[in-house]
Amino acid sequence: MTDTSAPPTVTITVDGKTIEAAKGELLIAAAERHGIYIPRFCYHSRMRPVGMCRMCLVQVDTGRGPALQPSCMLECTDGMVVTTDDPVTKKAQEGVLEFLLINHPLDCPVCDKGGECPLQDQTLAYGPGESRFVEEKRHFEKPIPVSDLVLLDRERCILCDRCTRFAKEVAGDAFIHFMERGSTTEVNTFPDHPFASYFSGNTVQICPVGALTAVPYRFKARPWDLEEVESTCTSCSVGCRVVVQSSRNRVLRYMGVDSDAVNWGWMCDKGRFDFEAINSDDRLGDPLVRDEGLTLKTTTWNDALRRAATAIRQGLERSGPEGFAVIGGARLTNESQYAWVKLTKGLIGSDNMDAQLGDGLPAEAVLGLPRATIDDACRPGGTVLLLGPDLKEELPVLYLRLRHAVVNDGVKVVEMASTATSLTDGLAAASLRYRPGHALSVVRALLAGDADDEVGGVTPEAIRAAAGVLGDGPLTVVVGRANLAESPRSIAAAAAAIHHTRPGVRFLSALRRANVHGALELGLSPGLLPGRVTLDAGRDWYGQHWPTLPEAKGLDTTGILRAAADGKVDTLVLLGADPLADHPDRELAERGLGGARVVIAVDQFLTESVKQADVVLPAAGYAEVEGTTTNLEGRVSTVGRKVTPPGTAQPDWVVAAELAARLGLDLGLESTDRIAAEIERVAPAFAGLTWDVLSRPAGHDGVVVGLPRVHTDGEEAAEAGEGDEARDEAAGDGEAGAEGATAQEPVVERAETAAESAEGASPEKQPTGVLPPETGVPVPVWTVIEPPSPDAYSLRLVVARKLYDRGTLVRSSPSLAELAEPATLRLNPQDFERLGVAAGDDVRITSPRGNVTVPTVPDAGVPKGIALVHANLAGGRANVLIDGQSPVTDVRIELP
Amino acid sequence: MTDREIPRIVSARWDLADGHTLERYRETGGYAALEKAVTTMTPAQVHEEVKAASLLGRGGAGFPAGVKWGFTPPGVFPRYLVVNGDESEPGTYKDRIIMERDPHLLIEGVLLACYAIGAAQAFLYVRGEMALAQERLAQALNDAYAAGLIGRNILGSDFSVDVVLHWGAGAYIVGEETALIESLEGLRGMPRLKPPFFPAAKGLYMQPTVVNNVETLSNLPWIVANGGAAFADLGAESSKGTRLFAVSGHVRNPGVFEVEFGTTTFRDVIFGERYADGIRDGNRLKAFIPGGASAPWFYEEHLDLPLEAGAVGAAGSMLGSGAIVVMDETTDAVKAAWRIVRFFARESCGKCTPCREGTAWLEKILRRILDGHGRPADVDKLLDICDNISPSITFPPKQTTICPLGPSAVSPIASAIMRFRDEFYAYCGGGEITVPVNGKAYLSTPPTVGANP
Amino acid sequence: MARFTDENVAIAEEIIARYPRKRSALIPLLHLAQEQDGYVTEEAMEHIAELVGITPAEVLGTASFYEMFKREPVGEYLVNVCTNISCMLLGGEELLHHLENRLGIKAGETTPDGKFTLEDVECIAACTEAPCLQVNYRYFYRVTPERADQLVEDLRAGKLSHEVPRHGVLSRVRQVLPENRAGVAPPDRNVEPAWLARNETATEGDT
Ligand SMILES: Cc1cc2nc3c(=O)[nH]c(=O)nc-3n(C[C@H](O)[C@H](O)[C@H](O)COP(=O)(O)O)c2cc1C
Ligand code: SF4
Ligand code: FES
Repeated sequence: MTDTSAPPTVTITVDGKTIEAAKGELLIAAAERHGIYIPRFCYHSRMRPVGMCRMCLVQVDTGRGPALQPSCMLECTDGMVVTTDDPVTKKAQEGVLEFLLINHPLDCPVCDKGGECPLQDQTLAYGPGESRFVEEKRHFEKPIPVSDLVLLDRERCILCDRCTRFAKEVAGDAFIHFMERGSTTEVNTFPDHPFASYFSGNTVQICPVGALTAVPYRFKARPWDLEEVESTCTSCSVGCRVVVQSSRNRVLRYMGVDSDAVNWGWMCDKGRFDFEAINSDDRLGDPLVRDEGLTLKTTTWNDALRRAATAIRQGLERSGPEGFAVIGGARLTNESQYAWVKLTKGLIGSDNMDAQLGDGLPAEAVLGLPRATIDDACRPGGTVLLLGPDLKEELPVLYLRLRHAVVNDGVKVVEMASTATSLTDGLAAASLRYRPGHALSVVRALLAGDADDEVGGVTPEAIRAAAGVLGDGPLTVVVGRANLAESPRSIAAAAAAIHHTRPGVRFLSALRRANVHGALELGLSPGLLPGRVTLDAGRDWYGQHWPTLPEAKGLDTTGILRAAADGKVDTLVLLGADPLADHPDRELAERGLGGARVVIAVDQFLTESVKQADVVLPAAGYAEVEGTTTNLEGRVSTVGRKVTPPGTAQPDWVVAAELAARLGLDLGLESTDRIAAEIERVAPAFAGLTWDVLSRPAGHDGVVVGLPRVHTDGEEAAEAGEGDEARDEAAGDGEAGAEGATAQEPVVERAETAAESAEGASPEKQPTGVLPPETGVPVPVWTVIEPPSPDAYSLRLVVARKLYDRGTLVRSSPSLAELAEPATLRLNPQDFERLGVAAGDDVRITSPRGNVTVPTVPDAGVPKGIALVHANLAGGRANVLIDGQSPVTDVRIELP
Repeated sequence: MTDREIPRIVSARWDLADGHTLERYRETGGYAALEKAVTTMTPAQVHEEVKAASLLGRGGAGFPAGVKWGFTPPGVFPRYLVVNGDESEPGTYKDRIIMERDPHLLIEGVLLACYAIGAAQAFLYVRGEMALAQERLAQALNDAYAAGLIGRNILGSDFSVDVVLHWGAGAYIVGEETALIESLEGLRGMPRLKPPFFPAAKGLYMQPTVVNNVETLSNLPWIVANGGAAFADLGAESSKGTRLFAVSGHVRNPGVFEVEFGTTTFRDVIFGERYADGIRDGNRLKAFIPGGASAPWFYEEHLDLPLEAGAVGAAGSMLGSGAIVVMDETTDAVKAAWRIVRFFARESCGKCTPCREGTAWLEKILRRILDGHGRPADVDKLLDICDNISPSITFPPKQTTICPLGPSAVSPIASAIMRFRDEFYAYCGGGEITVPVNGKAYLSTPPTVGANP
Repeated sequence: MARFTDENVAIAEEIIARYPRKRSALIPLLHLAQEQDGYVTEEAMEHIAELVGITPAEVLGTASFYEMFKREPVGEYLVNVCTNISCMLLGGEELLHHLENRLGIKAGETTPDGKFTLEDVECIAACTEAPCLQVNYRYFYRVTPERADQLVEDLRAGKLSHEVPRHGVLSRVRQVLPENRAGVAPPDRNVEPAWLARNETATEGDT
């Protein structure tokens, strides 16, 4: 049996033109693909058609004479004859428009949508010339807030069912709904149940009139004043494609772009509205230095750079490259990351560099395990094991994609989490509520398919049920950090165990911070060099390109902070990092920052950590720099520049270049496109990935770094995705990369190195004769000691994240800041009595590290014996409690 | 009208005070057909009898029940039977009598249908406002369960089915079968687009579902007991059996009558002594609605048409739900049109723009005209708005909408304007008469008397 | 008042169990809520949302589609006068106006004593008995103004309580699904009903 044949097509005639359509394709979509635009309001290609508005009526003849049919509901069948411009169709369209307008207010001049309104446009194109409606229009109370972020003007609503369908079908948050009936139908919420959805902003984008408006944008601009650039959202690592719109050098709005591989046009509200932070008055515009009086004072770049360079030089003189350390960098573009890696590792020679703040996973797990794309995880009929955070809270649009896959495409999810997630109810086919610290043994039991006794709090029945769901078909593991109070090693070890047991399994990283994956790919982690190679494997190759290299593997963030606390760090650079807020072990972060001789911060905001710096260099941020970013799949896509940074803030790579110059070193990087070219040339996994490739249609969705491109197995090759197509296309064009594109290397399975994920990406030969190293990072063996169960008086701590927290972006976006809840302690309802506390009581949580006092909330999603505290919320910092030395943290609760 | 005595197939027990009890039902031959089917017939044989009877649906569309049953795709289970007891079309009154006075007849019909099509569960959807029908059906179902006539192993056989009583809550559109299904799923009763959602293939919970009217199903016990051929002996070629007609309005003896289908004429039921007995007070007939509020109006010249779908259709209207509303010369045509349009405007589900906005607009204009604020130009405007809802205002209607409700509002307006345009002008203060929209006449068969004075 | 009483929760659960999908019980549960409180309260809708596993907005979306669900208190007696075509022809409008005058309220309003709510409704399927009306969905046929007056008096005096229960109570007989029920047919279980096998046996027998 072969299934290589293309999907069956049918031939139809539209306005005399013969066109091919896929069988089952909707007429409206097929016509549009061939340049014939049929007007519509309710149809949206990412939602189920409802055929409500009747605007898309066209005359269709399927052999029984022409009849008006809604083209948004009609599947193409062979021989169909369609006319979209005949008098009958025209009259019907005019009629529909007239009907829609009779109750539509004439407030276009003050409507946000005016100028980009499909109703306005279609009225011009298809509408009747004058109004025959002399009766009274429908009236509603002026805009009602359906949520904190979205207002609804019911008079303008044309009842297309887009927002309501989105809420139910796409977001799964059916909090807005049609109410009443007939001509009094309206969209509304239930009294006192607002449209509290992380995705509410999408409804504003898809509303075909100005009925739904976003509070942060309302009345800010007229569409014709807006300039725009296409970009990638970096509010989390999903990397939704967006356009950034600005007016008079201020960013005013983001709109989702329909990227088939990633976001399908959607965004989360955090990503959509945190543009407010760009315009924040709190942005750093000028360098600061600490004066004798120990306060930070504004100064010139010249002064600040001189002081920074002096400090670095003195530090190097005192203790060599080991005394220099960099924490952060996940917020940077790939190009800026490369510049900082080259400065740190290739010029200064220090390997103490880490983009993760102890809240992620070992880099070897992310880079070494075979990677999956979002499409892999969502492929119809597959299975997903979630061994990571609540996706809705951390990677919202990945949640939407996975939700769609479960609801529509039969994808099954097995969830492993210590507390309930947003997949638990209704989406996950099986949930394993394991006790923190026992991920590895639970995974082992799961892989074995059975257990004799309870494992890590999970019953044998639950194990068997989950194993049954897991089956032995295609499996994708979403792996990340669900609980900051649980050691990342046990998660990494569990992932590695799956990798060793399940051939063909792939891993989708759920690390959430903006460009953390770019950082790892580019070596912003100890022991790594750019292009997915280890320091050891890349030594010879990079020796050809960079002046120097670190001698041995350096320290990660926790290691750096420890060394700093011990007085062993002379210069600590915080590259857009706030360890006091983000490092799981707050106490260590405090000692580390206090112990470093000099702290240099490159940042956009004066965060708690930056306030401790001696030199503060203001950085340009999102929408102010151009370059590329890498999402959690390893997909590289562009970020665009639309506005200028505040004051004299500079792109991060410029700061690196300036510092290098002051140190008497030459970074050799003069512009972002030059940096991009150098990455393509030297970083093995990036071979062939030029900006040129990204600017082509095939590269529009971005290009995945280091996916297998050439396989002996035909099916796998087909799986490799559109990114490779783009790269192959580019490779075919020029000489560079040609070899990589044609090499027919079979996949070599090496259990120890697990490098097959990068197979085939071998770049061109270098004139020097030294071949670039093979890409791939070995997966080490993580030893894990499973902790004993907590004693009878203690609770085991889970620290998870919420979408809206006290993070800089949210805090600096007035519309979002309000949405962050205050910190609470969530407990199983049955634990209250045992602990002698009542719901709502303020209680003191005490760990070996510290204590916080927060109110309690009963939560049936929290198992007995677990204390759930969310990270980084106002009123109680969870990281005060976490004992970073220990695989888990147990706490005690008492009334203060 | 034939004078031969016809059997009372669905109205046999209406005169009995206790016809609704299980006891009396059984005493008068009830559940014998069920027993016959379950013990002596295969499901396919029951289906064959219904096909042989050529039983047309009595809910409005008049589709042959046996053919509809055959549309359920083979091998796809479960199948459901949904009983349409939502009777709400103005003028229609027949299903409620069956449910109130002979609930077991309907239940037996339901069981026979479930047996024939292999339905594993049946839902009896009764109009919300019919409290007595709900009570009688609930009691009848409870009694029938207790007697082993419904439920597991009916009459000791391998036939098992539950009949769940369900009722609506006030929405005419829920009578439309796909809206009924949505409503039964707990949703707003908004019709689904057909295709692709033909209930027989994709109905309740997207499973094969047969939706039949109360009267339709109530014929089944007689058909199974007496054979499809006996049923087909009654009536005309294309309309077999007997059928209930409710004759209301300006007649001397309004009532619901079971008449032989296809052979009886409108004149028979409106003027016949056995039936409605003529116009009240010796007045003259002005117009009558032959098949419920959505049907275009008929006049004097249509009286001799037989009650037969084909003939009525050819004359430009429909028998619909068997509701004949008679209007005598005292009737205000504009007001009558407004009443009916107001109904459709109130009852539009709101899904399709032309229906939601158009019917409401039409109603507003008519009300303005009645209030004395009409302008002569309003008359053609009404017709053009009608044309935007139902292009070229023909019958059967073309639609810009999903279901026929929107176009239904066009019928009374077009009927009234085509025939009584002068009355509209009288309201609007006279003025020039312009040509009808698109220059087309409304009825597919042009009226024999000129529309304008 | 408001959420379901324990007794009604038990009834609600029994109703839900009749349907292959919980949500199908929504309209019956809204009727139950109206029976309990005389109208559908917000708290009841929230409770129903919990019971069938949907959002309150979805419950309200359905409830507000249907005319019979009152979301504000109405009179003890809801008097629905039909003014649609058949009744209009025989004095339905006049009957409505008569009752408006008699009760001192307009259609759509409730008398100050909370006894009567008057409504101008569409066809109630009693066309041959025009003009007609319903009180709490119990029919009164061929109602002359005199009979209407008498009716109002009788209702006020409580003389009709055996025929007309208070608003919210529809069927006074509840269907019970007894021991011998066949059980729900879930849509996702494709099993051929046992008795259909008779068709095959029959065909085999024929050949
Ligand atoms: C707007 C509209 C309202 C309807 N109302 C009813 C109704 O109240 N009762 C009914 O049996 N059929 C009604 N129908 C017809 C149903 O859609 C369907 O054709 C019928 O229930 C099928 O049963 P039958 O084949 O036994 O006639 C209505 C159709 C439309 C378009
Ligand atoms: S025609 Fe009217 S009633 Fe029918 S689906 Fe459309 S809006 Fe609803
Ligand atoms: S776009 Fe087809 S009906 Fe609205």
